[in-house]
Amino acid sequence: MTALAPARPAATGALPRMPAAAWVLPPLLVVLGCVGWPLVTVLGESVRDRAGAFSMASWSAVLGSAEFHNALWRTAQIAVGSTVGALLLGSFLAVVLAFVPFPGAGLAARLIDTVLALPSFLVTLAFTFLYGSAGVLQALVHAVAGPGAQLPPILTSPLGVILAEITFFTPFVVRPLLASFAMLPREQLEVAASLGAGPLRVLRTVVGPEALPGLAAGGSLVLLLTLNEFGIVLFTGAKDVITLPVLIYTRGVVSLDLPGAAVVATAQVVLSLLLYGVYRFGFARLRGDGRAERPTDPTEGAGHVAVVAHQ
Amino acid sequence: MLLWSRTSRAVVLAVFAVLVAVVVVAPLGTVLLAAVAGRWTGALPGGLTGAHLGAALGPAGLASLLVSVQTALLAGIASVVIGSWAALAAASAPGPLRRLVLGVCHLPIAVPSVVVGLGLLIAFNRPPLLLGGTKWIVILAHAVLVLAFTVSTVTAGLDRLDPAYELAARSLGAGEARVLLRVRLPLLLPSLAAAAGLAVALSMGELGATIMVYPPSWRTLPVTIFTLSDRGDAFLASASTVVLLAVTALLLFALSRVRSRAALR
Repeated sequence: MTALAPARPAATGALPRMPAAAWVLPPLLVVLGCVGWPLVTVLGESVRDRAGAFSMASWSAVLGSAEFHNALWRTAQIAVGSTVGALLLGSFLAVVLAFVPFPGAGLAARLIDTVLALPSFLVTLAFTFLYGSAGVLQALVHAVAGPGAQLPPILTSPLGVILAEITFFTPFVVRPLLASFAMLPREQLEVAASLGAGPLRVLRTVVGPEALPGLAAGGSLVLLLTLNEFGIVLFTGAKDVITLPVLIYTRGVVSLDLPGAAVVATAQVVLSLLLYGVYRFGFARLRGDGRAERPTDPTEGAGHVAVVAHQ
Repeated sequence: MLLWSRTSRAVVLAVFAVLVAVVVVAPLGTVLLAAVAGRWTGALPGGLTGAHLGAALGPAGLASLLVSVQTALLAGIASVVIGSWAALAAASAPGPLRRLVLGVCHLPIAVPSVVVGLGLLIAFNRPPLLLGGTKWIVILAHAVLVLAFTVSTVTAGLDRLDPAYELAARSLGAGEARVLLRVRLPLLLPSLAAAAGLAVALSMGELGATIMVYPPSWRTLPVTIFTLSDRGDAFLASASTVVLLAVTALLLFALSRVRSRAALR
């Protein structure tokens, strides 16, 4: 056995190198054909005029249009606002779940995880009943301030979309944070406290550095997902909340201007891929940091983050 | 262990409870309540009714549900097959090739699903592959979108696989095919089932790419829900969402049975 073991892997290790590489080809070709090729055709469509000849007309028309500028600005505004909100809310929830033990903490963590498995438009649907013009909040305002008091139309405003996205994407921050907190020895917190550090100081000096990689990974993931978010904005149905994905949809499907849609799509892909690069880079650092993000069970539940963050 | 005084704990936990109630419980609870509420004009819904759920399971709703389930299953199977093939092959491929394969598989989650849909719409509406206007373009879109998740689930499973089994099998003279079929795949079965579950769950709720490519003959449930919500029928839309969630949960439950049976072996 001892004589066999080193001999075998050496023999098989030298031979299958070529076949191993060849086995990669079929799935690689399929994926390139179904993912890479369509993205290339989007770029191709964007530099073509109605007759099919090469033309940059769509690019100059779209990039110069106020519609595109507004959508770009609106997308960035919503994405940044939602990310900041999700980071703040997610950090608070994760810190309480990890460091302020209470009965039912496990159940609360489960509940937060459940949101990850829901379709995003569910949040907008719920918001119609909660914050719509005939919703729960409006009824409460009537009850408190009299029937004349009208709420501003939160639902169809950019703020409403930001609130909906914070609601939906906060679990994407909680998940990686809880994973990093699980690696933090509890004794460190207790020693710091026994030496006289208040809770805020413990958070800043002991928990903070440990949470930073998780925050970076969770934050850039949420920024990417909110830039790309479609369902929440579409269901809002607001005329003045047009983000880039919604613009791609209305141009491509509603007004059948494929070259115009392709230009917006190319711009969005560039933006998203840049951010995705930042996210992968941030996560590589996270993994380098003492493998803090080692999954216990990366497929547990239907957590997108569990999988996205553990690539 | 962070807060030592009784009052500060109570205050923080109260804030936590309110936030979880607003952010997590309220959205899900609202949709569940709206699905069975006859009216909802005040602070609380009123008039318990099964009419919305009944309508959601009517001929049109049922047809849509069936389309969603078939799409999820077909796309799930396709993505698990291609995804685990890619993960297995990438694991033993040289470094740069492995990164290329995993990178390409993860591309669809980096770009918006609407763009994936637009790309498929343009690329497969011309020869040699004319899929536009058929159900296959929807299934392809779903398979592409969930591929990243199946690949990473199977890759994570492979990472945790004890190499000793494989080495033992090889040292006893088993060939590559035998090692794959008799050792690695059976050990990977829980990961494959988990990947399938994730694929089905994501596919059932997919909207962005579907709405770009779907033909009228193959309308998934999320698209139907959007149509309902868009014309202001929020109660029926909620009821259909509840049906969608319930059927997704059923499918996941069935897959988790497979998974736990696989884990027992």
